[in-house]
Amino acid sequence: MSDKNSFEPRIVAFFCNWCTYTAADLAGTARMSYAPNVRVVRIMCSGRLDPQFVLAAFREGADGVLVGGCHPGDCHYQEGNYKALRRVTLLKRLLKSFGIEEERFRLEWIAASEGDKVQRVINEMTETVRKLGPLHLEKPDITASHETVKVAGVSAGGTR
Amino acid sequence: MSPSNGQTNGTPKVGVYVCHCGINIAGKVHVDAVVEFASKLPYVTVAKEYKFMCSDPGQDIIAQDIRDGKVNRVVVASCSPLMHEATFRKATAAGGGNAFMFQMANIREHVSWVTHDKGLATDKAKALVAAAVERVTLHKPLEKTKVPVHADVLIVGGGIAGIHAALTLADSGKKVYLVEKEPTIGGHMAQFDKTFPTLDCSACILTPKMSSVRAHPNITLWTYSEVSEVSGFVGNFKVKVKRKPRYIIEDLCVGCYECIEGCIYKEAKVKDEFNVGLSKRRPIYIPFPQATPLVAVIDPETCIEFRTHRCKKSCATACERNAVDFNQTEEIKEIEVGAIILATGFKVFDAARIPRYGYGKYPDVYSALEIERLVNAAGPTGGEVKMANGEKPKAVGIIHCVGSRDAKTNKYCSRVCCMYSLKLAHLIHERTDAEVYNFYIDMRTPGKGYEEFYDRLLEENVHFIRGRVAEVNDWAITPEEKGKLIIRCEDTLIGMVRRIPVDMVVLSTGLEAQADADDVRRMFNISCSHEGWFLERHPKLAPVSTFTDGVFLAGACQGPKDIPDSVAQAGAAAAEAMALIDKGFVELEPNTAYVQEEFCSGCRTCIALCPYSAIGYNEESKKASVNGALCKGCGTCVAACPSAALQQNLFTDEQIFREIKGVVSYV
Repeated sequence: MSDKNSFEPRIVAFFCNWCTYTAADLAGTARMSYAPNVRVVRIMCSGRLDPQFVLAAFREGADGVLVGGCHPGDCHYQEGNYKALRRVTLLKRLLKSFGIEEERFRLEWIAASEGDKVQRVINEMTETVRKLGPLHLEKPDITASHETVKVAGVSAGGTR
Repeated sequence: MSPSNGQTNGTPKVGVYVCHCGINIAGKVHVDAVVEFASKLPYVTVAKEYKFMCSDPGQDIIAQDIRDGKVNRVVVASCSPLMHEATFRKATAAGGGNAFMFQMANIREHVSWVTHDKGLATDKAKALVAAAVERVTLHKPLEKTKVPVHADVLIVGGGIAGIHAALTLADSGKKVYLVEKEPTIGGHMAQFDKTFPTLDCSACILTPKMSSVRAHPNITLWTYSEVSEVSGFVGNFKVKVKRKPRYIIEDLCVGCYECIEGCIYKEAKVKDEFNVGLSKRRPIYIPFPQATPLVAVIDPETCIEFRTHRCKKSCATACERNAVDFNQTEEIKEIEVGAIILATGFKVFDAARIPRYGYGKYPDVYSALEIERLVNAAGPTGGEVKMANGEKPKAVGIIHCVGSRDAKTNKYCSRVCCMYSLKLAHLIHERTDAEVYNFYIDMRTPGKGYEEFYDRLLEENVHFIRGRVAEVNDWAITPEEKGKLIIRCEDTLIGMVRRIPVDMVVLSTGLEAQADADDVRRMFNISCSHEGWFLERHPKLAPVSTFTDGVFLAGACQGPKDIPDSVAQAGAAAAEAMALIDKGFVELEPNTAYVQEEFCSGCRTCIALCPYSAIGYNEESKKASVNGALCKGCGTCVAACPSAALQQNLFTDEQIFREIKGVVSYV
């Protein structure tokens, strides 16, 4: 691919408010610089991660999606991160069948004190996705996708 | 859903305010380019920059634009929402808007502080601003709910920090529950002989406070007890406390020691925890003479009755008040409190983890806490510093930084060891007239009167050798080394390896997080650092708060700390708890879930997912309904709802979809 060298991946991250978002703040306070390719959407808990958010991110043009939550047992809401883990596991399979490489979607447990882990994971993820190149989703058959949307219960507002 | 759905505040007029934060943001982000970019985003009517948006003039810019009718939604691109979201919500409300018609773009912690390239940083800042603008157009006016606060306070841990916090709160008229897992309060401070740098007798300054705790009408003291369950939220915690059976009826026992004298074991055989194993106790015991409460306790692990059920129970016969009760069982107390202070303290580093220092191998190698007991007049030797053979040592080596400032054990400085080593050097020198050698890496004596104490020691003929000790052994190579412990160390000030023969070695062991710190922090829903210390909300500005509202920290559970700092922090935690309680109510973030009944199919998927049982099912309407008072706003149910009937205030699907669009599709 010609644009591979200059390719700057765009990665959307969903970070939980209590652990991973705080850890990202800590990385900032400690001036741990890392790749600028990850853009964070804050959610209160990784349990809030609707699989449609991930699909929407890819559809809107993200080359990768990163999800960050509290370590198992540490969830601020007791067990939301376990729910996230289950959904992510299923979603990975689904993405594969869409032709989206597994490495483009990553779940990490990052505690509030682990600013260094935010730095490491974001750098790793950026490099992984950079190597994979831009995500080219095939233009979907409009009628078919409309059906899927209806079944999945996506409201049109979210899809523009 | 029609786009008008979320726009109940008329056509969105978004004001975007980009903060320079001095050079914190402006040094790495082309602020003017971000403003220019923002001005062209949909619905944006005002785009401005300012040096410090959080300053009063900065906030006034927002309020004025709202008053002037230029703006009805606000985006501030500055620091983390965890830092200043409350500030700008207030500014939005000050202008007459609803506080929640606001969104923050974090272009400092997530952009300028972590990005090298100014161009890329500017792009990222633009993307985050676009996301915030996209999202804020769908914001709806919300109100915070006020919930009354329970006035009582739970304090976990009865060391000096817990004691001080308890007394401060109790004196102000608050009811306090003080829970301690050991049979007595006092913590580590009760074990110390003297305190640096003033050399006050530790027990003399501590025990009056312990007695005050016992006597205070506002303090309920539960020793030999542990918190077993915590639920609820700030202002309204429900706590279960497990009171372990001490097999003595606390109200009847007067601490007369008759039962202990009467124990079938005529000789004490069990290692005494209070004297760190340097003396023995019986299975029925009182930890130390000033124990509070002064009530005996039976250790079922070693008591013959519990092990064989064939003891004469002479302790019970000896007790005139019939306080011994072998049938006592565990008791669970349920309490409701508004605030919780954790003061669970620290654990001493186990010196045996560094085998080259010979702890556990040579009987005359001691940990610092053992020496504290040895120099204490109430200790196992009556205050005499003696070697294993009963003789007074002629030379003593104190090795600093054992388990601190060491990549193999703990990287951090334990903060207290230099000072307590100086104190022990003084006490040992005073009691034995021995030559005392301090082996140190750096002397760290910041604190009131600390450096002066160091100076005093330098004049007391105590020796200081700068260098980390390599090894302690008994391999004599010269006649004067025979029968001695040899400390091998590089003296970095003269650039030579030295061998110092001594009779006794003291290891200045560092401080570590409690072994059960991880369980404790999970129970109270707080975070901890890599080393296991409880994490404060902000290292400078919220040092005793945690990320869980209503839970505060005091003392060494937050990090190594000496007594003055622990007490100061305990006072601070008590004040924070008081501020919370005296306000009388808490305002809860309105990020709760709600059901859009017209979409709810009554499938009940959500009900089982809620960890707080906040979702009910209306049998009549066949719809789910959320109890806003119980919902904590995690959004797990919202993500699971197959028909998108459940939504979360401040985090609706639509808002998040817009935010996703914003971060990806503009820049």
